[in-house]
Amino acid sequence: MLFLYPKFITMAVYNLNVNGKKVTVDVEPDMPLLWVIRDFAGLKGTKFGCGMALCGACTIHLNGQPVRSCQTPVSSLAKNAKITTIEGISDGVQLHAVQQAWIEEQVPQCGYCQSGQIMSALALLKTTPDPSDADIDNAMSGNLCRCGTYDRIRKAIHRAADLSKTSSNGMQKAGGK
Amino acid sequence: MTPNSNSRREFLRLSSLSGLGLVLGVSSFAKNSSLVKLTAEAIQLEINPFIIIDNLGNITLVNPRPDMGQGSTQAVPSLLAEELEVSLEKVKLIQSDGKSKYGSQTAGGSSSVRELWEPLRKAGAAAREMLTETAAKRWGVPVANCYAEDARIHLKNSDKSFSYGELADEAAKLPVPKDPKLKDPKDFKIIGKVKPRLDVPARVTGKAVFGMDVDVPGMVYAAILHAPAIHGKIVSIDDAAAKKIPGVIRVMKAERPMPHRTSEAVAVIASNWWAALKGKKALNVTWDNAGMDKMTTDTYFAKGYDAAKAEGINFEEKGDIDQALTHSEKTLEAVYETPFLAHAPIEPENAIAHVKDNGEVEIWAPIQGPDWALRDVAGYLKIKPEQIKINVFLLGGAFGRKAYHDFLLEACFLSKELKKPVKVIWTREDDITQGPYRPGMLSAMKGAVNGKKIAAFHHHAIGESISRQVFNGLQDHQVDDWISGELSAENHKYEIPTWKLSWSNVKTDIPVVWWRSVYASNFAFGQECFMDELAHAAGQDPIEARLALLKDERFRKVLEVIAEKSNWKEKLPAGQGRGVAVFKSFGSISACCVTVSKQSGGELKIEKVVSVIDCGWHVNPDNVKAQTEGNIVMGLTAAIKPGITYANGMAQQSNFHDYPIMRINETPKMDIHIVNSGAQPGGVGEPGLPPVAPALANAIFAATGKRLRKLPIDLNEV
Repeated sequence: MLFLYPKFITMAVYNLNVNGKKVTVDVEPDMPLLWVIRDFAGLKGTKFGCGMALCGACTIHLNGQPVRSCQTPVSSLAKNAKITTIEGISDGVQLHAVQQAWIEEQVPQCGYCQSGQIMSALALLKTTPDPSDADIDNAMSGNLCRCGTYDRIRKAIHRAADLSKTSSNGMQKAGGK
Repeated sequence: MTPNSNSRREFLRLSSLSGLGLVLGVSSFAKNSSLVKLTAEAIQLEINPFIIIDNLGNITLVNPRPDMGQGSTQAVPSLLAEELEVSLEKVKLIQSDGKSKYGSQTAGGSSSVRELWEPLRKAGAAAREMLTETAAKRWGVPVANCYAEDARIHLKNSDKSFSYGELADEAAKLPVPKDPKLKDPKDFKIIGKVKPRLDVPARVTGKAVFGMDVDVPGMVYAAILHAPAIHGKIVSIDDAAAKKIPGVIRVMKAERPMPHRTSEAVAVIASNWWAALKGKKALNVTWDNAGMDKMTTDTYFAKGYDAAKAEGINFEEKGDIDQALTHSEKTLEAVYETPFLAHAPIEPENAIAHVKDNGEVEIWAPIQGPDWALRDVAGYLKIKPEQIKINVFLLGGAFGRKAYHDFLLEACFLSKELKKPVKVIWTREDDITQGPYRPGMLSAMKGAVNGKKIAAFHHHAIGESISRQVFNGLQDHQVDDWISGELSAENHKYEIPTWKLSWSNVKTDIPVVWWRSVYASNFAFGQECFMDELAHAAGQDPIEARLALLKDERFRKVLEVIAEKSNWKEKLPAGQGRGVAVFKSFGSISACCVTVSKQSGGELKIEKVVSVIDCGWHVNPDNVKAQTEGNIVMGLTAAIKPGITYANGMAQQSNFHDYPIMRINETPKMDIHIVNSGAQPGGVGEPGLPPVAPALANAIFAATGKRLRKLPIDLNEV
């Protein structure tokens, strides 16, 4: 077994801000953030589905905006860019209103796509706190679910909108992230 | 079963599984892992293979059906918990590992609850009786004076009780009751009740561990280049560019073992998967297409249409169909076509295998059947099942795909060479271009009508047999019995004066396998659309026409409920139409009603889908609804989105841009109703799917007068 090429030729060191924590990785510049997050930062909640930004399973937030991490090379990040993944949207004790709504509506079946669905829903609710079905369809159409949980996703987003009006774990908090 | 060092070892082994993140439920124990840590004093007792109790009172239930989203994590242990009188919130759940003591463990054929309904409730009841008997002895009272509740045995009319942990040691020494008394269903606390699934929180926080998320120490990653023309042969490999990619360790010949043949492949091994993937893209491999470049789905279907003109193998008939067709007032003939389909679970195929120096093998993978995987890995590596340890993780969707182990055996092949744990990850392109697929199928239909009566019906099923390819289990003179069973009058219950069923096998080397609801997804389309054609030919309402042929009470009820819930009798404005279909598969009857409307631009819109299911006894009605919602989406996707086509031996689709699946903005309103027949449990994960496509096509006929007999349907071009 051979390891032919010394790392330093094309690798580079990146200091990333992932969920508010500093993560230093030494990877190739063209490595998509998806694989940096999963295999170097060790956060497995962000999923690989298609590798072409067609399914949305890899959706994360970059400075609060939803992006497809499978098509975001690590070298394309601005300095001090803030990366938020599914692991970073709640403190681990109290769930985010969107997660709470997802549980109350029993949305996930396999759940593999749901990290991406939730990250997209979060972004929608930040700009549109009380979305219509059409707003939801529009914002969520980039996220595929092969189990077919779409009807419950719609209901859960409405519920999350309601929850965040009445509780402290809602959009105001998430909106700040 | 007696408590001995073996069962203790067994528990230690099972515990180590959960250490890898395979705690399927978020139970109170899982939240506080210190509670499940073994202490020096804790003695683990395997009351039976599915129930382990320690002397501290911790209860572990074993789920013998992997969870791919169908809800087995809740449904299956509920059968144990109901009879054992424990709540799922207070137990730890682990996944079985394929060993024979757990019996059949493959999540497939919508079998989990219907197969385990009795055995697992009996396992729970037997343990409950053993614990009760132990308590009764200690108190010196008759068993009848004791009862089980909330993981304790209580003495009636007293405040005395023992926890299961206090009784387990002695209880495990008792003979296992052969015929324990099962609870009266009216006393069920779990079964039949809407309860939140305890596995959901982990699935919304990124904490659920799917096969894709597993890392093991020392592992390397593999990306695999499969032959562009399927089953092609390697002529030469130029790996110079691939080896220059940082992280790439090695480029090697590999193989993709499928049940019907083994194909050549090239693997790029790297220290991370992105590097392996880059290496794969940098490979320059010359292939010999080995004649496969002539393989097309067009040729396959052309052979099928030829077969439709000929006589097939008849497997069921009543009366003389030729006479009936000749002497009836009206005769109809039509051929229905359903395409090849990929399963496309959002989690692509992946597996880790470690073939160790000492000949032992360990597997970490998202697979539907650990028992099947054990058999396949043992057979492939020519080792004994005892040498293999299988760790099953959550499946990010499967739909049948992950009970076909080519990707797992690829990992075994590579690890055997490398003597390291190897993680194979398929790309989406591998998933869609390589198959195996739902086979494309034809239904050649003939029928006759006399006055308002449907008089004759002939269904000729045509296509590749999964049994032939996957199990080498079909001779040319035989009928695939999954097909004959599904199409049988015993199954559809239509009492037609004259009928015939026949089969023709059109063979292909395109890999095929079961896909959600298997052949029912193909043949319900022909059966139920043609029933609609016959109803219209007889001048009958499609539901009335079906009811006129059905005496079976369960079928009648399902149709009556769909008529009611869909407002079937309410007249729709011009340009709108409703269609209905009913089909029984995997022991459950499901009817579907689709409403479509013509839009101003001429395209059709699916307005609403109503679905009714009679699945007999079931565990969680909300999960029955969830599965049916999923079946509507997957059934509509199969009806209106492109299928898989082959040209030059290659799939013409490769990712979600050209193999699209339904998105949220295309998803219609849906309304689901369960008929509580109290019958023996039927399947839940699949039966909602087969009637969806025919109901849609029948709705389109009602709205437009156009009879569409080939899937997929383009709603913009009707």
